[in-house]
Amino acid sequence: MTALLTPELLSHIGNASSPREELVTRRDIRKYSISTDQRLKKYLEGDEAPPMFHIALFWDVVEMDQLKPDGIPVDALVPKFPLERAMAGGSVIDYHRKIYPGDELVATRILSNMFEKSGRQGPLIFCEVTMKIETAAGEPVITQKITRIMR
Amino acid sequence: MSKLSTVKAGDALHEREFKPNHVQLFLYNAALWNAHRIHYDTPYATGVEGYPDIVIDGPLMGDWLTQAVVEWLGEDGTLASISYSNRTAAYIGEVLRAGGTITSVDADTGKIELDIYIKNEADEIIAPGVATVTLPTG
Repeated sequence: MTALLTPELLSHIGNASSPREELVTRRDIRKYSISTDQRLKKYLEGDEAPPMFHIALFWDVVEMDQLKPDGIPVDALVPKFPLERAMAGGSVIDYHRKIYPGDELVATRILSNMFEKSGRQGPLIFCEVTMKIETAAGEPVITQKITRIMR
Repeated sequence: MSKLSTVKAGDALHEREFKPNHVQLFLYNAALWNAHRIHYDTPYATGVEGYPDIVIDGPLMGDWLTQAVVEWLGEDGTLASISYSNRTAAYIGEVLRAGGTITSVDADTGKIELDIYIKNEADEIIAPGVATVTLPTG
C-alpha cells in the first residue's frame, strides 16, 4: 500500500491543544437530552448530564469562515490529510465523575495516533485524538479517545 | 433497577428501537454545533460524498449504546467505561436497535462487563462495543 502518512504528517502525533473551559448549564443538558431521545427524568430535566453530553459541550464552536466546504471546522490540532472525506470511527471513554449543571470543566486534546488501513473501497486514514476533561480544580471527569476515519 | 445478586453472564439488556428522522438530526447537530453537511444536506451527502441518503451521526449511535446500558443499570450502578466502533453507516429512515448482553460478573468487586451493539433492520451489527459497569456489593 502506498504510504499516505508521510514522516511530516506523522510528526504531528503528540501535538496538544490549549485547554478549553466550558460552563455546564441545565439548558444545554436539556437540549442534548431531548435531541438524543433520553428517557430518564434526571437527564430530560437537566439535573445530571447523560454520559455522552461532553461531546456537545466541547464540540468546536467556530465562525462560519472557519468551516471547510463539507461543514467540518478547521482543526488546528490535525494536519491536512491526502484523504478528505471524514467519517466517525468510534470512541473509547472512561468515566471518572458525573457532570452536573454549574460544573466548570476544562478539556485538553492531544493528537494521540494516526495510521493507515485498506478499506473495501480504498485506503483509509485513522486519526485518534485523546481528550481529557477535568474540573477547574483538576479532578478527572472523562477521558475519551475519539477516532475519525478519512477516506 | 439491576442488583448484583440477580445479574449473570448471558443476560440480555432490553432492546430499544430508534427511528431517527430529520427533526432529531437537526436538533442533535444543533446541540453539538455540528455543521457537517452529510447530516442535513441531501444533495451534498448523495451527490458529492456518494452516500445513499442523509447519514446518522456516529456519536449519536454511541449515545444510544450508553442509554441501553444506563437504563438497564439503574440509579445504584455506575458506568465506568464504554467503547464502540462505527463499522457501517446508517441513514435517515432506518430503524435501529440498541442492546447488549452481560459477558461477565464479578460478585466480589461488583464489576460487570457487557457486549453492546447497534443493529440495523437487516439485523447486522453496525456499531459493536463493550461497556464496564459496577453495582454495589453490599
